[in-house]
Amino acid sequence: MELFLQQLPIVLRSLNVGFLQTLKLFAVTLIGAMPLGLLISFGSMSKFSPLRTLVKLIIWIVRGTPLMIQLLIIFYFPGRVMGNNIWGSGESGRFAASAVAFIFNYACYFSEIFRGGIQSIPVGQDEAGLVLGMTQSQIFFRVKLLQMVKRVLPPVSNEILTLVKDTSLARIIALQEVIWAGQAFMKGSQGISGAIWPMFFTAFYYLIFNGLLTVLLGNLEKKMEFFR
Amino acid sequence: MAVLEVEHICKTFGKTEVLKDISFSLEKSQVLSIIGSSGSGKTTLLRCLNFLETPDSGTIKVNGNTLFDGSNANTKQEAAIRENRLHFGMVFQSFNLFPQYTALGNVMLARELQAKKRPDYKANKKQIREEIRMEAEALLEQMGLKDRMNNYPHQLSGGQCQRVAIARALALKPDILCFDEPTSALDPELTGEVLKVIKGLADQKMTMIIVTHEMAFARDVSDHVIFMDNGYILEQGESRELFENPKEERTRQFLTRFNEG
Repeated sequence: MELFLQQLPIVLRSLNVGFLQTLKLFAVTLIGAMPLGLLISFGSMSKFSPLRTLVKLIIWIVRGTPLMIQLLIIFYFPGRVMGNNIWGSGESGRFAASAVAFIFNYACYFSEIFRGGIQSIPVGQDEAGLVLGMTQSQIFFRVKLLQMVKRVLPPVSNEILTLVKDTSLARIIALQEVIWAGQAFMKGSQGISGAIWPMFFTAFYYLIFNGLLTVLLGNLEKKMEFFR
Repeated sequence: MAVLEVEHICKTFGKTEVLKDISFSLEKSQVLSIIGSSGSGKTTLLRCLNFLETPDSGTIKVNGNTLFDGSNANTKQEAAIRENRLHFGMVFQSFNLFPQYTALGNVMLARELQAKKRPDYKANKKQIREEIRMEAEALLEQMGLKDRMNNYPHQLSGGQCQRVAIARALALKPDILCFDEPTSALDPELTGEVLKVIKGLADQKMTMIIVTHEMAFARDVSDHVIFMDNGYILEQGESRELFENPKEERTRQFLTRFNEG
Protein backbone atom coordinates (compact mmCIF):
# COMPACT_ATOMS: atom_id res chain seq x y z
CA MET A 1 0.00 0.00 0.00
CA GLU A 2 2.80 2.31 0.87
CA LEU A 3 4.53 1.48 -2.40
CA PHE A 4 1.30 2.14 -4.29
CA LEU A 5 0.91 5.56 -2.69
CA GLN A 6 4.50 6.29 -3.57
CA GLN A 7 4.04 5.28 -7.19
CA LEU A 8 0.60 6.83 -7.66
CA PRO A 9 1.73 10.45 -8.25
CA ILE A 10 4.39 9.30 -10.70
CA VAL A 11 1.90 7.18 -12.63
CA LEU A 12 -0.81 9.84 -12.63
CA ARG A 13 1.59 12.47 -13.90
CA SER A 14 2.55 10.17 -16.73
CA LEU A 15 -1.02 9.23 -17.53
CA ASN A 16 -2.09 12.88 -17.50
CA VAL A 17 0.52 13.68 -20.11
CA GLY A 18 -0.62 10.69 -22.17
CA PHE A 19 -4.27 11.56 -21.84
CA LEU A 20 -3.58 15.10 -22.94
CA GLN A 21 -2.26 13.63 -26.19
CA THR A 22 -5.35 11.43 -26.40
CA LEU A 23 -7.58 14.48 -25.94
CA LYS A 24 -5.61 16.43 -28.52
CA LEU A 25 -6.01 13.71 -31.12
CA PHE A 26 -9.68 13.40 -30.24
CA ALA A 27 -10.34 17.13 -30.58
CA VAL A 28 -8.33 17.58 -33.77
CA THR A 29 -10.07 14.61 -35.37
CA LEU A 30 -13.50 15.88 -34.43
CA ILE A 31 -12.84 19.41 -35.65
CA GLY A 32 -11.35 18.15 -38.91
CA ALA A 33 -13.62 15.22 -39.66
CA MET A 34 -16.97 17.00 -39.25
CA PRO A 35 -16.57 19.58 -42.03
CA LEU A 36 -14.62 17.16 -44.22
CA GLY A 37 -17.36 14.58 -43.70
CA LEU A 38 -19.96 17.11 -44.83
CA LEU A 39 -17.89 17.86 -47.92
CA ILE A 40 -17.52 14.16 -48.70
CA SER A 41 -21.26 13.65 -48.23
CA PHE A 42 -21.88 16.34 -50.87
CA GLY A 43 -19.49 14.46 -53.17
CA SER A 44 -21.34 11.21 -52.60
CA MET A 45 -24.63 12.92 -53.52
CA SER A 46 -23.19 14.81 -56.51
CA LYS A 47 -25.15 14.80 -59.76
CA PHE A 48 -21.80 14.47 -61.56
CA SER A 49 -21.47 10.69 -61.67
CA PRO A 50 -17.64 10.36 -62.02
CA LEU A 51 -17.19 12.37 -58.82
CA ARG A 52 -19.91 10.42 -57.06
CA THR A 53 -18.35 7.11 -58.08
CA LEU A 54 -14.87 8.19 -57.01
CA VAL A 55 -16.11 9.38 -53.62
CA LYS A 56 -18.07 6.17 -53.05
CA LEU A 57 -14.97 4.16 -53.95
CA ILE A 58 -12.88 6.09 -51.43
CA ILE A 59 -15.54 5.66 -48.74
CA TRP A 60 -15.65 1.94 -49.46
CA ILE A 61 -11.87 1.58 -49.11
CA VAL A 62 -11.60 3.70 -45.97
CA ARG A 63 -14.52 2.03 -44.23
CA GLY A 64 -13.57 -1.41 -45.51
CA THR A 65 -10.04 -1.53 -44.10
CA PRO A 66 -8.83 -1.32 -40.50
CA LEU A 67 -7.93 2.12 -39.21
CA MET A 68 -4.79 0.54 -37.79
CA ILE A 69 -3.54 -0.36 -41.27
CA GLN A 70 -4.41 3.13 -42.50
CA LEU A 71 -2.30 4.55 -39.67
CA LEU A 72 0.64 2.34 -40.57
CA ILE A 73 0.43 3.15 -44.27
CA ILE A 74 0.07 6.89 -43.78
CA PHE A 75 2.98 6.99 -41.33
CA TYR A 76 5.43 4.68 -43.08
CA PHE A 77 4.54 4.96 -46.78
CA PRO A 78 6.14 8.37 -47.48
CA GLY A 79 9.45 7.43 -45.84
CA ARG A 80 9.82 3.74 -46.67
CA VAL A 81 8.36 3.69 -50.18
CA MET A 82 8.69 7.18 -51.54
CA GLY A 83 11.99 7.87 -49.82
CA ASN A 84 10.78 11.08 -48.22
CA ASN A 85 9.67 10.84 -44.62
CA ILE A 86 7.44 13.88 -44.50
CA TRP A 87 6.48 13.17 -40.89
CA GLY A 88 9.98 13.42 -39.40
CA SER A 89 10.93 11.23 -36.46
CA GLY A 90 9.58 13.20 -33.51
CA GLU A 91 6.37 12.96 -31.51
CA SER A 92 4.84 15.88 -33.43
CA GLY A 93 5.28 14.02 -36.73
CA ARG A 94 3.60 10.96 -35.25
CA PHE A 95 0.76 13.13 -34.06
CA ALA A 96 0.36 14.76 -37.48
CA ALA A 97 0.27 11.37 -39.23
CA SER A 98 -2.25 10.10 -36.68
CA ALA A 99 -4.41 13.19 -37.14
CA VAL A 100 -4.46 12.76 -40.93
CA ALA A 101 -5.42 9.10 -40.67
CA PHE A 102 -8.08 9.71 -38.03
CA ILE A 103 -9.61 12.74 -39.73
CA PHE A 104 -9.90 10.97 -43.06
CA ASN A 105 -11.22 7.77 -41.57
CA TYR A 106 -13.83 9.45 -39.39
CA ALA A 107 -14.81 11.89 -42.13
CA CYS A 108 -15.81 8.92 -44.27
CA TYR A 109 -18.00 7.49 -41.51
CA PHE A 110 -19.51 10.90 -40.75
CA SER A 111 -20.15 11.50 -44.46
CA GLU A 112 -22.40 8.48 -44.68
CA ILE A 113 -24.29 9.50 -41.55
CA PHE A 114 -24.67 13.05 -42.89
CA ARG A 115 -25.82 11.75 -46.28
CA GLY A 116 -28.50 9.69 -44.59
CA GLY A 117 -29.56 12.71 -42.54
CA ILE A 118 -29.73 15.04 -45.51
CA GLN A 119 -31.58 12.58 -47.70
CA SER A 120 -34.15 11.90 -44.98
CA ILE A 121 -35.34 15.53 -45.07
CA PRO A 122 -38.57 15.73 -47.11
CA VAL A 123 -38.12 17.19 -50.58
CA GLY A 124 -40.91 19.63 -49.70
CA GLN A 125 -38.36 21.61 -47.66
CA ASP A 126 -36.25 22.16 -50.78
CA GLU A 127 -39.30 23.06 -52.82
CA ALA A 128 -40.59 25.52 -50.23
CA GLY A 129 -37.18 27.18 -50.22
CA LEU A 130 -37.02 27.26 -54.00
CA VAL A 131 -40.41 28.89 -54.49
CA LEU A 132 -39.34 31.51 -51.94
CA GLY A 133 -36.46 32.41 -54.24
CA MET A 134 -33.70 30.94 -52.07
CA THR A 135 -30.45 29.65 -53.54
CA GLN A 136 -29.38 26.04 -53.04
CA SER A 137 -26.82 27.08 -50.43
CA GLN A 138 -29.33 29.23 -48.56
CA ILE A 139 -31.70 26.29 -48.51
CA PHE A 140 -28.98 24.03 -47.14
CA PHE A 141 -27.58 26.33 -44.50
CA ARG A 142 -30.75 28.12 -43.41
CA VAL A 143 -33.32 25.34 -43.75
CA LYS A 144 -31.83 21.87 -43.93
CA LEU A 145 -28.61 21.94 -41.88
CA LEU A 146 -30.22 22.19 -38.45
CA GLN A 147 -32.81 19.55 -39.33
CA MET A 148 -29.96 17.32 -40.48
CA VAL A 149 -28.00 17.93 -37.28
CA LYS A 150 -31.02 17.00 -35.18
CA ARG A 151 -31.47 13.78 -37.12
CA VAL A 152 -27.83 12.68 -37.07
CA LEU A 153 -27.05 13.60 -33.48
CA PRO A 154 -27.69 10.11 -32.01
CA PRO A 155 -25.53 8.20 -34.56
CA VAL A 156 -22.87 10.93 -34.49
CA SER A 157 -22.78 10.73 -30.67
CA ASN A 158 -22.08 7.05 -31.06
CA GLU A 159 -19.16 7.75 -33.39
CA ILE A 160 -17.79 10.37 -31.02
CA LEU A 161 -17.72 7.93 -28.09
CA THR A 162 -16.06 5.34 -30.31
CA LEU A 163 -13.50 7.91 -31.43
CA VAL A 164 -12.42 8.56 -27.84
CA LYS A 165 -11.44 4.91 -27.52
CA ASP A 166 -10.15 4.54 -31.09
CA THR A 167 -7.46 7.16 -30.47
CA SER A 168 -5.59 4.40 -28.65
CA LEU A 169 -4.91 2.82 -32.06
CA ALA A 170 -2.36 5.59 -32.68
CA ARG A 171 -0.21 3.66 -30.26
CA ILE A 172 0.71 1.42 -33.23
CA ILE A 173 2.90 4.20 -34.60
CA ALA A 174 4.16 4.92 -31.08
CA LEU A 175 2.11 8.02 -30.44
CA GLN A 176 2.50 8.58 -26.72
CA GLU A 177 -1.16 8.61 -25.77
CA VAL A 178 -2.62 7.38 -22.50
CA ILE A 179 -2.39 3.63 -23.13
CA TRP A 180 1.20 4.01 -24.25
CA ALA A 181 1.82 5.85 -21.00
CA GLY A 182 0.14 3.13 -18.93
CA GLN A 183 1.88 0.32 -20.72
CA ALA A 184 5.25 1.92 -20.05
CA PHE A 185 4.93 0.92 -16.40
CA MET A 186 4.54 -2.73 -17.37
CA LYS A 187 7.72 -2.62 -19.40
CA GLY A 188 9.54 -0.47 -16.89
CA SER A 189 9.70 3.28 -16.60
CA GLN A 190 10.67 5.80 -13.95
CA GLY A 191 11.64 3.02 -11.57
CA ILE A 192 8.33 1.17 -11.88
CA SER A 193 8.11 -2.08 -13.82
CA GLY A 194 5.71 -5.01 -14.07
CA ALA A 195 2.86 -2.87 -12.76
CA ILE A 196 -0.50 -3.71 -14.28
CA TRP A 197 -2.66 -1.40 -12.19
CA PRO A 198 -1.78 1.74 -14.22
CA MET A 199 -3.60 0.13 -17.15
CA PHE A 200 -6.79 -0.02 -15.09
CA PHE A 201 -6.34 3.65 -14.42
CA THR A 202 -6.15 4.40 -18.14
CA ALA A 203 -9.54 2.72 -18.49
CA PHE A 204 -10.87 5.12 -15.89
CA TYR A 205 -9.67 8.11 -17.88
CA TYR A 206 -11.68 6.89 -20.88
CA LEU A 207 -14.68 6.04 -18.76
CA ILE A 208 -14.84 9.40 -17.03
CA PHE A 209 -14.30 11.35 -20.23
CA ASN A 210 -16.94 9.37 -22.12
CA GLY A 211 -19.30 9.89 -19.19
CA LEU A 212 -18.84 13.64 -19.53
CA LEU A 213 -19.37 13.45 -23.28
CA THR A 214 -22.52 11.38 -22.86
CA VAL A 215 -24.03 14.02 -20.61
CA LEU A 216 -22.94 16.81 -22.97
CA LEU A 217 -24.31 15.13 -26.09
CA GLY A 218 -27.51 14.25 -24.25
CA ASN A 219 -27.97 17.92 -23.37
CA LEU A 220 -27.38 18.88 -26.99
CA GLU A 221 -30.09 16.44 -28.08
CA LYS A 222 -32.45 17.99 -25.54
CA LYS A 223 -31.65 21.45 -26.87
CA MET A 224 -32.82 20.28 -30.30
CA GLU A 225 -36.23 19.34 -28.98
CA PHE A 226 -37.59 22.84 -29.57
CA PHE A 227 -38.65 21.77 -33.06
CA ARG A 228 -39.81 18.59 -34.68
CA MET B 1 -54.00 43.04 -70.11
CA ALA B 2 -53.62 39.53 -68.89
CA VAL B 3 -51.30 39.14 -65.94
CA LEU B 4 -50.51 35.57 -66.94
CA GLU B 5 -50.40 34.01 -70.40
CA VAL B 6 -49.55 30.35 -70.75
CA GLU B 7 -49.16 29.01 -74.27
CA HIS B 8 -48.69 25.49 -75.56
CA ILE B 9 -47.06 24.05 -72.45
CA CYS B 10 -46.09 20.41 -72.81
CA LYS B 11 -44.45 18.20 -70.22
CA THR B 12 -43.49 14.56 -70.23
CA PHE B 13 -42.08 12.38 -67.47
CA GLY B 14 -40.18 9.65 -69.27
CA LYS B 15 -42.69 8.36 -71.75
CA THR B 16 -45.75 9.67 -69.96
CA GLU B 17 -47.19 12.86 -71.37
CA VAL B 18 -48.45 14.73 -68.34
CA LEU B 19 -49.32 18.06 -69.91
CA LYS B 20 -50.46 18.31 -73.50
CA ASP B 21 -50.57 21.69 -75.20
CA ILE B 22 -51.81 23.69 -72.22
CA SER B 23 -52.86 27.27 -72.99
CA PHE B 24 -54.78 29.71 -70.85
CA SER B 25 -54.60 33.24 -69.60
CA LEU B 26 -55.54 34.98 -66.40
CA GLU B 27 -56.58 38.58 -65.79
CA LYS B 28 -55.35 40.59 -62.85
CA SER B 29 -57.40 40.21 -59.66
CA GLN B 30 -59.13 37.14 -60.95
CA VAL B 31 -59.28 33.75 -59.32
CA LEU B 32 -58.77 30.66 -61.43
CA SER B 33 -59.61 27.20 -60.19
CA ILE B 34 -58.20 24.09 -61.79
CA ILE B 35 -60.29 21.00 -61.24
CA GLY B 36 -60.14 17.46 -62.51
CA SER B 37 -59.52 13.95 -61.32
CA SER B 38 -56.27 12.84 -59.70
CA GLY B 39 -53.50 12.34 -62.22
CA SER B 40 -55.01 14.72 -64.75
CA GLY B 41 -51.98 17.03 -64.58
CA LYS B 42 -53.30 19.84 -62.36
CA THR B 43 -50.46 19.77 -59.86
CA THR B 44 -47.81 19.40 -62.58
CA LEU B 45 -49.20 22.47 -64.29
CA LEU B 46 -48.93 24.46 -61.07
CA ARG B 47 -45.40 23.16 -60.50
CA CYS B 48 -44.44 24.26 -64.02
CA LEU B 49 -45.65 27.78 -63.25
CA ASN B 50 -43.41 27.82 -60.17
CA PHE B 51 -40.55 26.27 -62.14
CA LEU B 52 -40.39 23.28 -59.84
CA GLU B 53 -40.75 21.38 -63.09
CA THR B 54 -39.35 22.58 -66.39
CA PRO B 55 -41.83 22.34 -69.25
CA ASP B 56 -40.53 20.65 -72.41
CA SER B 57 -41.97 23.36 -74.63
CA GLY B 58 -44.28 26.35 -74.58
CA THR B 59 -44.12 29.83 -73.12
CA ILE B 60 -45.07 31.47 -69.84
CA LYS B 61 -45.56 35.23 -69.80
CA VAL B 62 -46.26 37.44 -66.79
CA ASN B 63 -47.35 41.03 -67.39
CA GLY B 64 -46.29 40.62 -71.01
CA ASN B 65 -42.74 39.53 -70.17
CA THR B 66 -41.66 36.10 -71.30
CA LEU B 67 -40.43 34.26 -68.21
CA PHE B 68 -40.11 30.91 -69.87
CA ASP B 69 -39.70 29.89 -73.47
CA GLY B 70 -39.07 26.21 -74.17
CA SER B 71 -36.98 27.15 -77.21
CA ASN B 72 -34.81 29.70 -75.37
CA ALA B 73 -32.14 28.15 -73.14
CA ASN B 74 -31.50 31.46 -71.37
CA THR B 75 -34.87 31.22 -69.67
CA LYS B 76 -33.85 27.86 -68.19
CA GLN B 77 -30.82 29.13 -66.29
CA GLU B 78 -30.91 28.78 -62.53
CA ALA B 79 -30.47 32.45 -61.72
CA ALA B 80 -33.16 33.48 -64.22
CA ILE B 81 -35.53 30.90 -62.85
CA ARG B 82 -34.90 32.02 -59.29
CA GLU B 83 -35.73 35.58 -60.26
CA ASN B 84 -38.81 34.60 -62.25
CA ARG B 85 -40.22 32.39 -59.54
CA LEU B 86 -40.87 35.43 -57.40
CA HIS B 87 -43.77 36.41 -59.66
CA PHE B 88 -45.51 33.37 -58.25
CA GLY B 89 -46.25 32.37 -54.70
CA MET B 90 -46.88 28.74 -53.85
CA VAL B 91 -48.88 27.10 -51.10
CA PHE B 92 -48.38 23.35 -50.84
CA GLN B 93 -50.76 20.61 -49.83
CA SER B 94 -48.35 19.53 -47.08
CA PHE B 95 -47.55 23.13 -45.92
CA ASN B 96 -43.77 22.53 -46.01
CA LEU B 97 -43.13 24.98 -43.21
CA PHE B 98 -39.58 25.14 -41.88
CA PRO B 99 -39.84 23.32 -38.53
CA GLN B 100 -36.97 25.10 -36.76
CA TYR B 101 -38.45 28.55 -37.31
CA THR B 102 -41.43 30.04 -35.51
CA ALA B 103 -44.49 31.08 -37.49
CA LEU B 104 -43.03 34.58 -37.63
CA GLY B 105 -39.60 33.24 -38.58
CA ASN B 106 -41.09 31.26 -41.45
CA VAL B 107 -42.75 34.36 -42.85
CA MET B 108 -39.64 36.52 -42.41
CA LEU B 109 -36.86 34.21 -43.60
CA ALA B 110 -37.00 34.70 -47.38
CA ARG B 111 -37.50 38.45 -47.02
CA GLU B 112 -34.48 38.71 -44.74
CA LEU B 113 -32.32 36.77 -47.16
CA GLN B 114 -33.44 39.07 -49.95
CA ALA B 115 -32.81 42.18 -47.89
CA LYS B 116 -29.19 41.13 -47.35
CA LYS B 117 -28.57 41.76 -51.05
CA ARG B 118 -29.67 45.38 -50.78
CA PRO B 119 -26.76 47.83 -51.02
CA ASP B 120 -28.02 49.77 -48.01
CA TYR B 121 -28.54 46.66 -45.85
CA LYS B 122 -25.45 47.08 -43.68
CA ALA B 123 -26.16 50.73 -42.98
CA ASN B 124 -29.87 50.30 -42.17
CA LYS B 125 -29.85 46.74 -40.90
CA LYS B 126 -31.95 47.38 -37.83
CA GLN B 127 -34.55 49.45 -39.61
CA ILE B 128 -34.88 47.02 -42.54
CA ARG B 129 -35.30 44.04 -40.25
CA GLU B 130 -37.85 45.91 -38.19
CA GLU B 131 -39.83 46.69 -41.34
CA ILE B 132 -39.79 43.06 -42.42
CA ARG B 133 -40.93 41.98 -38.97
CA MET B 134 -43.79 44.48 -38.90
CA GLU B 135 -45.01 43.34 -42.31
CA ALA B 136 -44.77 39.68 -41.33
CA GLU B 137 -46.70 40.34 -38.14
CA ALA B 138 -49.38 42.19 -40.07
CA LEU B 139 -49.72 39.28 -42.48
CA LEU B 140 -50.03 36.74 -39.68
CA GLU B 141 -52.58 38.94 -37.98
CA GLN B 142 -54.53 39.07 -41.22
CA MET B 143 -54.44 35.25 -41.24
CA GLY B 144 -55.94 35.25 -37.73
CA LEU B 145 -52.70 34.09 -36.10
CA LYS B 146 -51.89 37.08 -33.96
CA ASP B 147 -51.34 35.05 -30.80
CA ARG B 148 -49.56 32.21 -32.59
CA MET B 149 -46.66 34.12 -34.10
CA ASN B 150 -44.02 32.74 -31.79
CA ASN B 151 -45.17 29.13 -31.98
CA TYR B 152 -43.23 26.52 -33.87
CA PRO B 153 -45.00 24.58 -36.64
CA HIS B 154 -45.33 21.42 -34.51
CA GLN B 155 -47.28 23.45 -31.95
CA LEU B 156 -49.85 24.51 -34.54
CA SER B 157 -52.85 22.73 -36.04
CA GLY B 158 -52.85 21.84 -39.72
CA GLY B 159 -55.13 24.73 -40.52
CA GLN B 160 -52.90 27.15 -38.64
CA CYS B 161 -49.83 25.76 -40.43
CA GLN B 162 -51.46 26.27 -43.79
CA ARG B 163 -52.34 29.85 -42.88
CA VAL B 164 -48.73 30.47 -41.88
CA ALA B 165 -47.72 29.03 -45.27
CA ILE B 166 -50.10 31.45 -47.00
CA ALA B 167 -48.62 34.37 -45.07
CA ARG B 168 -45.13 33.16 -45.97
CA ALA B 169 -46.01 33.15 -49.67
CA LEU B 170 -47.70 36.56 -49.43
CA ALA B 171 -44.67 38.10 -47.73
CA LEU B 172 -42.82 38.11 -51.06
CA LYS B 173 -45.68 40.01 -52.69
CA PRO B 174 -46.18 37.67 -55.64
CA ASP B 175 -48.20 38.71 -58.68
CA ILE B 176 -50.00 35.41 -58.64
CA LEU B 177 -50.56 33.15 -55.65
CA CYS B 178 -50.84 29.43 -56.41
CA PHE B 179 -52.48 26.85 -54.18
CA ASP B 180 -51.85 23.15 -54.68
CA GLU B 181 -54.76 21.37 -53.02
CA PRO B 182 -54.35 23.55 -49.93
CA THR B 183 -56.95 21.73 -47.87
CA SER B 184 -56.46 18.11 -48.92
CA ALA B 185 -54.48 17.31 -45.77
CA LEU B 186 -57.04 18.91 -43.45
CA ASP B 187 -60.23 17.77 -41.75
CA PRO B 188 -63.49 19.56 -42.68
CA GLU B 189 -63.32 22.00 -39.79
CA LEU B 190 -59.76 23.07 -40.53
CA THR B 191 -60.56 23.15 -44.25
CA GLY B 192 -63.21 25.75 -43.51
CA GLU B 193 -60.81 28.13 -41.76
CA VAL B 194 -58.29 27.92 -44.61
CA LEU B 195 -60.93 28.42 -47.29
CA LYS B 196 -62.18 31.44 -45.39
CA VAL B 197 -58.71 32.98 -45.56
CA ILE B 198 -58.45 32.29 -49.30
CA LYS B 199 -61.90 33.79 -49.81
CA GLY B 200 -60.71 36.86 -47.92
CA LEU B 201 -57.75 37.18 -50.29
CA ALA B 202 -60.09 36.91 -53.28
CA ASP B 203 -62.16 39.75 -51.83
CA GLN B 204 -58.97 41.81 -51.64
CA LYS B 205 -58.46 41.18 -55.36
CA MET B 206 -55.45 38.92 -55.04
CA THR B 207 -54.77 37.11 -58.32
CA MET B 208 -54.87 33.39 -57.55
CA ILE B 209 -54.73 29.96 -59.14
CA ILE B 210 -56.22 27.22 -57.01
CA VAL B 211 -55.92 23.51 -57.67
CA THR B 212 -58.65 21.98 -55.57
CA HIS B 213 -61.11 19.18 -55.03
CA GLU B 214 -63.44 21.48 -53.08
CA MET B 215 -66.03 21.93 -55.81
CA ALA B 216 -68.41 24.24 -53.99
CA PHE B 217 -65.50 26.45 -53.04
CA ALA B 218 -64.15 26.47 -56.61
CA ARG B 219 -67.56 27.47 -57.91
CA ASP B 220 -68.14 30.22 -55.39
CA VAL B 221 -64.73 31.83 -55.14
CA SER B 222 -63.38 31.64 -58.67
CA ASP B 223 -64.05 33.73 -61.75
CA HIS B 224 -62.70 31.14 -64.12
CA VAL B 225 -62.46 27.38 -64.00
CA ILE B 226 -60.28 25.00 -65.96
CA PHE B 227 -61.27 21.36 -66.14
CA MET B 228 -58.32 19.11 -66.85
CA ASP B 229 -58.48 15.55 -68.00
CA ASN B 230 -55.63 13.25 -68.97
CA GLY B 231 -53.16 16.11 -69.46
CA TYR B 232 -55.43 18.28 -71.59
CA ILE B 233 -57.51 21.30 -70.73
CA LEU B 234 -60.79 19.77 -71.72
CA GLU B 235 -62.93 22.73 -70.92
CA GLN B 236 -62.48 26.20 -69.49
CA GLY B 237 -64.80 29.06 -68.89
CA GLU B 238 -66.60 31.31 -66.52
CA SER B 239 -67.09 29.58 -63.19
CA ARG B 240 -70.90 29.31 -62.87
CA GLU B 241 -71.27 28.55 -66.53
CA LEU B 242 -68.84 25.64 -66.37
CA PHE B 243 -70.41 24.22 -63.24
CA GLU B 244 -74.01 24.61 -64.36
CA ASN B 245 -73.68 24.03 -68.10
CA PRO B 246 -70.63 21.91 -68.79
CA LYS B 247 -70.26 21.43 -72.52
CA GLU B 248 -68.14 18.31 -72.51
CA GLU B 249 -69.52 14.92 -71.58
CA ARG B 250 -66.42 14.15 -69.47
CA THR B 251 -66.83 17.37 -67.47
CA ARG B 252 -70.48 16.58 -66.89
CA GLN B 253 -69.51 13.12 -65.71
CA PHE B 254 -66.91 14.51 -63.31
CA LEU B 255 -69.33 17.05 -61.88
CA THR B 256 -72.29 14.66 -61.61
CA ARG B 257 -71.62 13.60 -58.07
CA PHE B 258 -71.09 17.18 -57.00
CA ASN B 259 -74.15 18.58 -58.74
CA GLU B 260 -76.38 15.83 -57.43
CA GLY B 261 -75.06 16.27 -53.89
